[in-house]
Amino acid sequence: MAIIRFTVNGKARRVDTEPERPLLEVLREDLGLTGTKCGCGEGQCGACTVLLDNRPIFSCVTPVLTATGRKILTIEGLAEDARLHPVQQAFLDEGAMQCGYCAPGVILRTVALLESKPRPTDAQIVDGLNGNLCRCSGYPRILAAVRRAVGSAGKKR
Amino acid sequence: MSDHPRRPEPPADPFAVDRREFIEIAAAGLLIVATAPPSQAQREGGAGALEARLHIAEDGLITILTGKIEEGQGALTELAMAAAEELRVPLNRVRMVMGDTDGVPNDGGTSGSSTTPRTVPLVRRAAAAARDLLLAAAGRQWGVDAAKLEMRDGAAVYAGKTYAYAQLARSPELAAAYKAVLPAGTALTSAREWKVLGTPQIRLDGRDIVTGAHRYPSDIVRPGMLYGRVLRAPSYGAALVSADLSAAQKMPGVKVVRDGAFVGCAAPTTFAARKALEAISAASRWKTAEHPSSDNLFEYLKQHAKEQGRPQGQARGSVEKGLDGARRRLKASYQVAYVQHAPMEPRAAVAEWQDGRLTVWTGTSNPFSVRQALAETFGVPPERVRVMVPHMGGGFGGKHTGEAAIEAARLAKEAGRPVALHWTRAEEFMWAYFRPAALIEVEAGLDAGNSIAAWDFTNYNSGGSALDTPYRIANTRVRFIASDPPLRQSSYRCLAATANNFAREAFTDELAEAAGKDPLEFRLAHLDNERIKNVLVAATERFGWAERRKKRRPGVGIGLACGTEKNSVVAACCEVEVDRESGVPKPIEIVEAFECGAILNPANLRSQVEGCITMGLGPALREEIQFKDGRLINGSFSAYRVPRFQDVPKTEVILLDRKDLEPAGGGETPIIAIAPAIANALFDATGKRARAMPIRASG
Repeated sequence: MAIIRFTVNGKARRVDTEPERPLLEVLREDLGLTGTKCGCGEGQCGACTVLLDNRPIFSCVTPVLTATGRKILTIEGLAEDARLHPVQQAFLDEGAMQCGYCAPGVILRTVALLESKPRPTDAQIVDGLNGNLCRCSGYPRILAAVRRAVGSAGKKR
Repeated sequence: MSDHPRRPEPPADPFAVDRREFIEIAAAGLLIVATAPPSQAQREGGAGALEARLHIAEDGLITILTGKIEEGQGALTELAMAAAEELRVPLNRVRMVMGDTDGVPNDGGTSGSSTTPRTVPLVRRAAAAARDLLLAAAGRQWGVDAAKLEMRDGAAVYAGKTYAYAQLARSPELAAAYKAVLPAGTALTSAREWKVLGTPQIRLDGRDIVTGAHRYPSDIVRPGMLYGRVLRAPSYGAALVSADLSAAQKMPGVKVVRDGAFVGCAAPTTFAARKALEAISAASRWKTAEHPSSDNLFEYLKQHAKEQGRPQGQARGSVEKGLDGARRRLKASYQVAYVQHAPMEPRAAVAEWQDGRLTVWTGTSNPFSVRQALAETFGVPPERVRVMVPHMGGGFGGKHTGEAAIEAARLAKEAGRPVALHWTRAEEFMWAYFRPAALIEVEAGLDAGNSIAAWDFTNYNSGGSALDTPYRIANTRVRFIASDPPLRQSSYRCLAATANNFAREAFTDELAEAAGKDPLEFRLAHLDNERIKNVLVAATERFGWAERRKKRRPGVGIGLACGTEKNSVVAACCEVEVDRESGVPKPIEIVEAFECGAILNPANLRSQVEGCITMGLGPALREEIQFKDGRLINGSFSAYRVPRFQDVPKTEVILLDRKDLEPAGGGETPIIAIAPAIANALFDATGKRARAMPIRASG
């Protein structure tokens, strides 16, 4: 057991736990943040995607110790009060969800993608999101939502 | 819709209510009996009384109750739209309570595209009956002929005066009417008059999904809850010889459960449960059993065919005579591999025992049959078991059962605490059921006029959906012959229609070639079904079939396929590029036309069709469960390649809206045209016929 401190969605958190536990399980079971999903446990589906210091990681294969002193963003921390993040809004407006189980991970991966490439080409979007699975196979709607998010960010500038 | 005492950042979800909240709504409502749950007869009876289906609260909110569940297919929004339409209220005034066996009518399982043709009419009838009752009440209050009143925005309107539904609902006559069985013959709004139905609506609980607030079955948390794990056999058919539980039992906070062959554990965290299970597993001995391999799967299915039983099938004319008299005979056999549904959310359940009552939250498409299974397993009356299905993370026909619910309940009973059981992806691959593999043998004959004169079609093992040919053939015999399947198998999106349509449409292309005809012309010449013709023409025109047939490019081919199932019709055109070295086709462009009667929610239907197209690429091109010695060789997302973003071709969907036809479901049939269109395009590019799914060139 070890005491591990990190920041989640802007709040300082402290957990006393086995350092090798997957970050995913600590977020869900110790901190009650169940928006981050488990889809495979081997970093193949992206349902567990969170941002660690603004970079997307598979939290199912990341030991919680790795997060020590770092900043985590989960889907619960993306909207500011009642205002959705533009990527969330784009997914909602575009109806880019069927069962929606992949949505938190895909949305966070999109947020990170658009941070590093505000005007991605279609190939860059596909490349950026390819690690995330959607078994409802709603990829066409998701791609439309990402393009919509790019567009809405462009309008704001 | 979920129950979550530890919900950290809870935005209100106005559309889906949990049972506790629902009882509060009920208590505040006017047209309902809040003190007693609906009677068993009402719950089991489907339509039943109005009060079993629809409530109007004092604030005017409408609550619709249904045993159907939401798994991403859009039932939630579609059923709310149906109620809003008939009650003349805005969509945001309707809430849904779904899949809670204590509060909703048993509408049967959520499967077979049945929500649209069966449950939507039930909800519409209830809403229309309520509207008529409210209208009559308003007429009486004003002393005016009800025909002169208008219903809009949740109120009756007459001569500038309005009566909100909630006010009207206070009438004591209405309370009595509410308990009566739904009147038959209530007029439904015609599709041409629809204001809500027929318009594109995004998923009503979408906000909870994009914010992570929605609680899926695997997100349910109860006070004092433990996390469970179950010991699985290392291979199919293996029997437990011995298990030493002592090491796990010594672990802090761990409860170990042994009940016959069932061994499991529960612990304060998933991590601790995993450690405990590892210890149990290391100290367990198994006796393995012989099990066939996927290498000789199709020989196995044929050898184990149950020929002596009466096969399911149909016949017209005499297939023997038709074949004997044919100018040319062709014969082929097709193989379709086992595939796994692999929904994003594996099976999950939380079970809680309290005072001899069992409550389970789980992901299943059959809440009432899971309740029954729980009652039988634990020897308690069904009315002491409550199953709730929060909107779950995908199913595709793969979650008709309640394994996780039963296992969680068993662990919870022994642990004396609520237990969550989340199947791992490996468990979901190996121990959930599979889409059945198929061996299909087909023989046909062409007559002197190059028409199909005889058609003999046999499906071994996978099923009878879409078994018959839609083509005009005088002499046919189509059969489904069951086998003794080596893997546990059951439903999958559109059942065996995918396998049957693959073989039929691929073979129809072979016949067209033998007849020296264009695949489109050949099909149209054999089709009487106008609906199939319409989608075929729509897809090929948009795709530019005729022009593309004239322009040949090396390594590139085009193909088409059509079909019908579940009272809907589909046609797809596909262009593929073939990798010269591997011979594997890569779809570059797909145009699919689909028609399922009057469209209820075009936005959702488009999503479903796009999803079917893309999901269909998996079993068409790559998905294939491999097994040997009772173990899966590729039971993980790293080894079993499902469609990803990079696999999505240019996709165009054409939806034909037939306001003159009853709505049919649209979440399944669009998948059946994809594989054969690709197979036929592969032939166009290479001259090689594909006779297996996943598709590979043969010969």
